[in-house]
Amino acid sequence: MATYKPVVVQACPKLGERITQDTLYWRGYKTPVQIKEFGAINKIDFSPVSPYNYAVTASSRIHIYGRYSQEPVKTFSRFKDAAYCATYRDDGNLLVAGSEEGSIRLFDVSGKAPLRQFDGHSKAVHVVGFLSDKYRIFSGGDDYSSRVWDIPRATEIVSYNEHTDYVRCGCASKVNADVFITGSYDHTVKLYDARTKTSVMTVEHGQPVESVLLFPSGGLLVSAGGRYVRVWDVLKGGQLLVSLKNHHKTVTCLCLNSSGQRLMSGSLDRHVKIYSTTSYRVVHSFNYATSILSLALSPEDETLVVGMTNGVLNIKHRKPEERNEDSQKKRRPAYRTHIKGKTYMPKQEDFCVSKPVKRVLRKYDRLLKSFQSSKALDAVLEPPIRLHTPEVTVAVMQELHRRGTLKSALAGRDEKQINLLLTFVARRVIEPRFTPVLVTVADMITDIYQPVVGQSAIVDRQFLRLKEAIGKEIDYQEELLEVLGMMDTLFATFTKKRDTCLDENKSNGLTDTIETNKNN
Amino acid sequence: MVAPAALRVVRCGGSPRHAARAVFSADSYLLCASGDFVKMYNLATEETLQLMGGHGGLVTGVQLNPHNCMQLYSSSLDGNIKLWDFMDGIPIKTFTVGHKLLALYAIASSEDSVFVVIPKIGERDTFQLVSVKLTKAAGQDLEAKELSVVLDSVDASPKCIAFGREGEYVASVKEVNLQVYFFKQKQLNRFSVNAVKAKSGNNHFTCVACHPKEDCIATGHADGKIRLWRNFYHRKEYTFSTLHWHHDTVMDLVFSVEGTSLLSGGVESVLVLWHNESDCQKDFLPRLGSAIEYISMSPDGAFCCTLHMDNRITIINSNLRFSKSIQGLIKSMDVKTGLVIDPRTKALVLNGEPGHLQFYSLQSDQQLFSLDIVQRQYIHQAGLNQVDLVKVAFSARGKWLATVEEREEVTDPELQLKLWFYDEETQSFKLNTRINLPHEDHITDVCFRDVDELEDDSLILVTTGRDGVFKVWVMVEDTDPEAQQSVSWSCDFVGSYRNYQATNCCFSEDGSLLAVSFEETVTVWDSVTWDLKCTFCHPPGKIRNICFGRLTCSKYLIGATDYGFLCCWNLLSCALEWSTHLNILVLQPDPLSECIAAISWLSKESSLFVFKPNEPRPIYIQRNLCKEKIQLAAFVPRDEPEMISAEKYFWLRRSQLFFLTDTQELMTLSTKSSEERLTPASKQLAVEEGLLVTPFSLLLGKHRRQQSQEDVGKLVAHSKHGQDSPAVKELLHTPAHVLPSASFLCPIFINSLLISKEDKSAEEVADEVEMESENTEDDSDEERGVAEMEQENTNPMGLLGETICKLSKSQEKELRKIRKMDYSWISAF
Repeated sequence: MATYKPVVVQACPKLGERITQDTLYWRGYKTPVQIKEFGAINKIDFSPVSPYNYAVTASSRIHIYGRYSQEPVKTFSRFKDAAYCATYRDDGNLLVAGSEEGSIRLFDVSGKAPLRQFDGHSKAVHVVGFLSDKYRIFSGGDDYSSRVWDIPRATEIVSYNEHTDYVRCGCASKVNADVFITGSYDHTVKLYDARTKTSVMTVEHGQPVESVLLFPSGGLLVSAGGRYVRVWDVLKGGQLLVSLKNHHKTVTCLCLNSSGQRLMSGSLDRHVKIYSTTSYRVVHSFNYATSILSLALSPEDETLVVGMTNGVLNIKHRKPEERNEDSQKKRRPAYRTHIKGKTYMPKQEDFCVSKPVKRVLRKYDRLLKSFQSSKALDAVLEPPIRLHTPEVTVAVMQELHRRGTLKSALAGRDEKQINLLLTFVARRVIEPRFTPVLVTVADMITDIYQPVVGQSAIVDRQFLRLKEAIGKEIDYQEELLEVLGMMDTLFATFTKKRDTCLDENKSNGLTDTIETNKNN
Repeated sequence: MVAPAALRVVRCGGSPRHAARAVFSADSYLLCASGDFVKMYNLATEETLQLMGGHGGLVTGVQLNPHNCMQLYSSSLDGNIKLWDFMDGIPIKTFTVGHKLLALYAIASSEDSVFVVIPKIGERDTFQLVSVKLTKAAGQDLEAKELSVVLDSVDASPKCIAFGREGEYVASVKEVNLQVYFFKQKQLNRFSVNAVKAKSGNNHFTCVACHPKEDCIATGHADGKIRLWRNFYHRKEYTFSTLHWHHDTVMDLVFSVEGTSLLSGGVESVLVLWHNESDCQKDFLPRLGSAIEYISMSPDGAFCCTLHMDNRITIINSNLRFSKSIQGLIKSMDVKTGLVIDPRTKALVLNGEPGHLQFYSLQSDQQLFSLDIVQRQYIHQAGLNQVDLVKVAFSARGKWLATVEEREEVTDPELQLKLWFYDEETQSFKLNTRINLPHEDHITDVCFRDVDELEDDSLILVTTGRDGVFKVWVMVEDTDPEAQQSVSWSCDFVGSYRNYQATNCCFSEDGSLLAVSFEETVTVWDSVTWDLKCTFCHPPGKIRNICFGRLTCSKYLIGATDYGFLCCWNLLSCALEWSTHLNILVLQPDPLSECIAAISWLSKESSLFVFKPNEPRPIYIQRNLCKEKIQLAAFVPRDEPEMISAEKYFWLRRSQLFFLTDTQELMTLSTKSSEERLTPASKQLAVEEGLLVTPFSLLLGKHRRQQSQEDVGKLVAHSKHGQDSPAVKELLHTPAHVLPSASFLCPIFINSLLISKEDKSAEEVADEVEMESENTEDDSDEERGVAEMEQENTNPMGLLGETICKLSKSQEKELRKIRKMDYSWISAF
């Protein structure tokens, strides 16, 4: 024997962005905090140790911000001209920065004055960084050279002059203390081993390289330049793995999330795109107000900091998630009732009686089950259903129509209810998925309440609104038809060419024109 | 007759109509009248234990012998009452009454007589209740002619008469009258209700039941009311009370064993239990599937059983809990889906309950399962327009199922195309994709690209609609790894042909070509590029069916038009291979051989033709297959090929042909060998074919045959020498839009004038294979093809009349040849 079957509510595929795990995860940030800096922010670097302060390089200063502070915790401003690329060492104690005048300075995070100064570059140094043995620094400058420096003696160890244009980005390997890469405006990324005199590997990016990144394993290399982000396999000798073209302006910065599963890229087109590192597809993207120059993500993805060309620092903190668990805890039944009978294991000779599962029906289903049409219609005209899930309302109307009781359910309503119904119909009748049902409903309402038109100003106004909505829709459809007609003409000229070639292999002499159109 | 009557039409599966209440035996068996049989079911296992056959007509009454609970009386329209030992299924005695028996009642108080309803002699549509004295004489076949009339002018329905407490009185209802006859007092009381014609219907009596302990009669009415009559000893001071819940006719009523409660059922398919005869205390058992026709109680009150309109039997516990249901082939209002074979289970798939698809096992005569397609609450109410299942298609391996459901609306129909995926884990079909409004008008045909060898992702579904387009649906893989399902279906291509309605579609065996018929034209499309390859047309008349030939005949396309033509086109030469004049209703290709079965409907009988497309001479013809129109047919592959020695029935070796008639009886063709396997009882099922063969009939038959052949010869002559030559005819009858250019037509026209001479030379070369003419333009050859077919059919086309014409030389020659043909095989009859 069949049980009652609930009303089928037609689910429509949601257009636009699909909600995935990623969207939910990356939406979990609070509204951003904005801090104005003095100039374009060229580098943001998080301290690798708690409390994860971050250094922001803008103009001639380096500001260090605490996790939640709006004011800088510390400032290094001993630069005559612009400072570049302030980077933390692995232990978070030292900070190194390049400068426009060509010198590299090493700071103690707790001190004020520079500990060391490395001179040797003849032009601005845009990229500096620590090698992973902590005692050496690599740098790249506008004099086309890349150098490795010894921290204790403040001397140059080795210099490479292989690039033929400005060196603007670089990254040290976390696996090997001697390996680092630099990217240059000469469209190449070069991989160096500090033990050798020449570069070990060169990859051709194709555009001036703005940013490079090595994966934590050291096996993959990511380069960004122009509109492209390219991923290279280092272990295969620099083979191109994938080329991503998702921005429409120059990509300026790259960043990996803490798990290494997602790659982020910021661009002058004001977008930050997040890619999955398995499929290399965009899984999410953020929009910002102005062009992005730098981007950093704190460990555990707690904070997302983005620096803009106009000197605005945009900081997003992750929302806490504990609150949700709390509310679940409250609903749980008491331990005693919860555990009751659960521990008893049935013996072999026991006869188990299973409790029939109680089916929970929605209110309108309960009413429909007992054939109470008017009440069922009332139930789906309640504000939450009517406003948020109009498809339920329409599905119930359709079901009532199918049962032949829609007319009696619509009849006998007072001014307020008619007003409500007509508002709903006038608003939704133009939605294609609801049109067939709501046209019937509108027909019936006009049939039923025709004699009382003119008695209530509110109802009359609603009728006029309905008429207006339908009139607008008809005009719109007519326009669409015109466009369709134009397109058909175009298609017809397109198929005529094919037709002639078809005629040739037709053997029984019956010529036909084909009317085909591809459905998209 | 060309065919010896070795092939028999056998009714198979599906229980025919129940015409009486079921009866519970004392030891929990259920006895039920089913068509010409009485069936005994085991209540615990739902199995059919005995099938008691022997009646020559519909069984109209089943009653236990009140004096011996192991015996059973049954009555039938053939005028016999049979006494059975139902445990062994043996008929003990047969009493011949000699009238049509419409109902049977056996009560304990009458010693040696039973009551039956018979039509009143000399008057139409009046019936009387008579008591029949059953003689105790020895012997099996006895005459029971001692009839005494108890009540006059009773209703024919067995539900309209009930016997009261201990057989003291009998109550009978007809229209607005209730009659109660007291046996002891010999008093007849009549009561009547005022005829009311309300909007909801009239208040005619529909059924009656008597209280087993008290003097109380319950009557059901057509307007849904139940009246309880008391005090009916008095003609004036009688009283009645009314119970009302049903909104439509009360179909049956029954009192519980103690009489404390009353059960009623009707079109709503809700069983209502009324407690203490009061209006306020009632229980319901809703959603029993279809209208309740009969209700009966077991003698111990533990079970109750309802027989439904769709041939189902439901057994219900005393506490109104659904217990079991016994069902075979469910009878649905209209089989719109056609007969489809599920490739996985080899079950027959067709419409079942409203909105359901039933999977019916032909071997075990059982419903395997019922798949809910529509998934909506079905309202049992007359005049409602509800969603119905109209089309079904399986993919080659049964992995995918496509269904189309529709609801007729005034403005535009509500249509849904659903695609179901067979889930191996749950062993059932799971909804994968639902497409709302796939076409703007009704869908006329659905088919999958049926290619076994190819990978599953090459699966293509084609739907044709009355909105003038056919649509191609393909599987789309969802690349998102987190998505719930990996594939879904979406539209790939929309094709149309001059805005004609698309009526049929069919894929060739290798899946490379798609044929879609658009009213009068068949279009052939390449299934890779979706280019129109060629068109075929056989005007006048719209295309009714199309199918591709299989295996060695895969270069042929067969089509049947509603103007009564069966055409075969060659796809390689794009020309008409042959055509014949036959009003084909069903065209069904055998999936395992080249054979194609065509069922025609001509002058109130259906005929079967089995042919191979490469030879226009049919392999097998069976005239007068059955008297009803055959709606649908299907070839079901056999589990193991059957050994059939006769060449003629070779096509039945690997698959079996089933067909469904207008009256929804499922039939099959059976050869003798399978006939032998049938049990003796069910042997009666087979409808005897063929007439008595006497030397005279043989002689007469031969004479007639020759005559008819001469007639056909004349006919050919007539058509040839008629004023319009074939080319001219073609020119005139072909619609202008498909006519080729005049320069193309000219040589044909001129050739056609020269044809007789060419023909003559061709004649001498080919005498047996003359049918296989390759040239379509040569219409005279085609005409002869028709003629040959007609000879096979031995049915001269009377409508064309006998026109005597002067015979041309070639025709004379042909006739002489026919006369020379060997007719010795006729004597083999």
